[in-house]
Amino acid sequence: MSKYIEQPRYSCALGAQQSVVAIKRAVPILHAGPGCSGKISSLIGQGEGYAGGNTIPCTNASEADIVYGGEGKLRTVIDGAFQVIDADLYVVLTGCTSDIVGDDVGSVTGEYQEQGKPIVYAETGGFKSNNYVSHEVVIKAIIDQYVDCYKQAGKKTKGLVNVFSTIPYQDPYWNGNLEELKRILSGIGLTVNILFGADSGGVEEWKTIPEAEFNLVVSAWAGLGIAKHLEEKYGTPYFHFPYLPVGGLETSKFLRQVAEFTGADKEKTEAFIWSEEEKFYMHIERTADFMLEFRYGIPRRFYSLLDASYAIGFAKYLLNELGIIPARQYIIDDTPEEFQEAIREQFHRISDQRSAEVRFIVDAGAIQQEIRQDAHKHRSLILGSGWERDLAKEIGADLLILSVPVSYRLVLNCGYTGYRGGLRVIEDIYDRVLDTYR
Amino acid sequence: MSVISLKEPEVAIREVRLGSITGFEGTAGELVQCARTGKLQDNARQFSQCMGCSSGNAFCQLSMIQDAVVVNHAPVGCAGDVFGFNFVYRVGQMERNLPPVIGRYFNTNIEEQDTIFGATQKLEDTIREAYTRVKPKAIFITTSCASGIIGDDVEGVANALTEELGIPVVACFCEGFKSKIWTTGFDSAYHAIVRKIVKPPLKKSNKVNIINFWGSHIFDDLLKPLGYEPDYIVPFSTVGQLERISEAVATIQVCPTLGSYLGAALEQVYGVPEIKAPPAYGLRGTDNWLRELGRVLDREDQIETLINKEHARVLPLLGDYRKQLEGKTAYITAGAAHGHALIALLRELGMTVQGAAIFHHDPLYDNGDTASDALAHAVNTYGDIANYNVCNKQAYELVNILNRVRPDIMIARHGGMTLWGAKLGIPTLLIGDEHFSFGYQGLLNYAERILETLDNKEFVTNLAKHSTMPYTKWWLEQNPFHFLGRNVHVEVY
Ligand code: SF4
Repeated sequence: MSKYIEQPRYSCALGAQQSVVAIKRAVPILHAGPGCSGKISSLIGQGEGYAGGNTIPCTNASEADIVYGGEGKLRTVIDGAFQVIDADLYVVLTGCTSDIVGDDVGSVTGEYQEQGKPIVYAETGGFKSNNYVSHEVVIKAIIDQYVDCYKQAGKKTKGLVNVFSTIPYQDPYWNGNLEELKRILSGIGLTVNILFGADSGGVEEWKTIPEAEFNLVVSAWAGLGIAKHLEEKYGTPYFHFPYLPVGGLETSKFLRQVAEFTGADKEKTEAFIWSEEEKFYMHIERTADFMLEFRYGIPRRFYSLLDASYAIGFAKYLLNELGIIPARQYIIDDTPEEFQEAIREQFHRISDQRSAEVRFIVDAGAIQQEIRQDAHKHRSLILGSGWERDLAKEIGADLLILSVPVSYRLVLNCGYTGYRGGLRVIEDIYDRVLDTYR
Repeated sequence: MSVISLKEPEVAIREVRLGSITGFEGTAGELVQCARTGKLQDNARQFSQCMGCSSGNAFCQLSMIQDAVVVNHAPVGCAGDVFGFNFVYRVGQMERNLPPVIGRYFNTNIEEQDTIFGATQKLEDTIREAYTRVKPKAIFITTSCASGIIGDDVEGVANALTEELGIPVVACFCEGFKSKIWTTGFDSAYHAIVRKIVKPPLKKSNKVNIINFWGSHIFDDLLKPLGYEPDYIVPFSTVGQLERISEAVATIQVCPTLGSYLGAALEQVYGVPEIKAPPAYGLRGTDNWLRELGRVLDREDQIETLINKEHARVLPLLGDYRKQLEGKTAYITAGAAHGHALIALLRELGMTVQGAAIFHHDPLYDNGDTASDALAHAVNTYGDIANYNVCNKQAYELVNILNRVRPDIMIARHGGMTLWGAKLGIPTLLIGDEHFSFGYQGLLNYAERILETLDNKEFVTNLAKHSTMPYTKWWLEQNPFHFLGRNVHVEVY
């Protein structure tokens, strides 16, 4: 079956350059064609960050590099990067050109590693996979080639957890989501390595990955490989929560399961949950009358065109806490076969009384055609990307942009995870609904 | 002069066709001198930052043809920029009162096994699906590094599908690795259009082709009173409209970096004369350009009247602006032709141009005419420019220079560069619409914007105070051209 894509919503393997950009004071060095980096930033990178965007060093592969090999040029660019860019970690990533011609990037990078330089490499030729998969590849590379050098044999820090969740920049709200995850996990008494973004501790934090007592994977499937790898490597047990927890119900459930698994203090956990829920439901209660009574139409059902972690998390929240019913759910993240069944199962029992239909399609042009053909009797909500603007208009739906390309929103620290994220979801949905009235 | 040959599926890259370069350090006068005497040599960099690639620029011109679709034959990452162009397309629809539609772009999603077995089957499937979904009037295929290196016969597929579907299916070769000058992608797109879309003229029309991006329609007011009709190409045109551009009476380019190849091709193949004077930026530049236009369109008297009228209107206003801007210093970063235009414009306003970082240099354009050499004009008219740096979007060089030069204002024509001015607390201006500064009115528009920007210091001052700098102290103390021209791979780069 051909896998052509109209309206791409993720990047290629090299897209993991953005995972590097999301680490404080880390810089990717691309051994790739001249245009790759810019195209990646264009889809999954609002803003340059510290040393992303136009700052990213790149060998800008030329015809000669294809014919004669590009290892020499890579060496000069790495040399230059160490001199010019002020960073704590340098991550060499290959693109299509290098991986097809077969440059030995491992041995070039190895020369610098031998000198004790903070540098690692990963093969991320665009055609090899997508950025959901290569995010794992890059993180494992950083752990194996860099973090591991700082491991103190047998040292474990009680209550320290590494969190592997949403993928920076591929999830436009990654920063806010990770901040909230860190906040709530700290709330139940854990010490959290969040690893990416404003609330992380940069490379020093990464160095403590081996010391963690547990790994938490908060994601449908992407990132699971990292936890498995760490289990083999450092014997760290991991807990898998297979979607983003959004809102009161799911966040409390998430925290209780984590507490159970990690042996976090029960009383402390319950006290934290109690105080968070009190605030959360106070707001919900305060506006419930509005949600029940607003007469001019609020969405009754929703379509999702999202990655698996978002789709499950939002479906549970919207259905169980806001009373919006799931229409067809589309997973657009190219979920590998082996994980699809578990995701289907989640939708199958999305609430005690209901199951939702879920389809795995990467070609969103085809998805839009399908949605167009439905009868649109009620006002609906689309959880999707900037590509859905016209579709939403045509079928009289409200659109909340959660997936890249986001272009119609500017995202700073907005997040939709946890208690705070749940409230934000309501604000943003009704913001869009109310804005349609004159 | 480059000879246009429509037989070849691929157009030669600019480095080969025009002898264009991406690395130079010196004065503008020296650069022009070298170029004229055939002594221009490219300087490679030992250290480089990511640039752009031809496939993006080809897509930029093909993606907004209203009834065509683009199939990008590449891994999915190469299509990362398509939404950006879709956004531009839709903003343009608003400005032109067109109904909202999304751009129809498909990616063939080349994967690992395809690099071994080839991906032509995928390409065919994608084209067929695109046809079924959209029923376009033409399909363009843009290639990628991956499709190029694995050696897919894209031209073969295009020809076979043209037969099968009964619409032009056109290959546009724009592999990123082939050229360091991403504007080569414009040439690729135009080559595809002239080769497979444009038809031989049946008659002469009263249209004037305007090769532009997606700028405002400023040529209406100029051309209509002269009895001509502007035909804005290529974005927002239709396939039917493009078929007939061979019938126009003349071709105007808002920017020869963009339109070099198309302008020359239409003249060489179909005899449509190209206005060869550098585009109308600045007072004298506009006089010059208008006179050339008058000559080609046979409207010399009317143009003289217009020039006199406009001078009478603009000169007094200009005097005011000049007084306010006299002696203010500026640094410019832009693509080639537009950069040259900006240099002229700023000096016309009485400002001091302390230097420029220009993305590449074409010694001559495809028409081979020295009359089109905007940089030579700028140098001859206003004197030489020191610190003229040809630098394909190398932010590290720019930061280093800005940090030394500390101009009153930095002016950028492309995204991704303004940040560095602002981080250093230098007021920075980006003008997206290249028509904004065109002609006499453009000069006034620009002056106004510069004054506004100079006046607005609060934001940049505060930003500078709270900014981090990813460049090392060591680097900021080096000669900005430290890494230029010492590449051991210089002959193969
Ligand atoms: S792989 Fe090649 S064609 Fe694709 S974005 Fe990179 S440089 Fe451009």
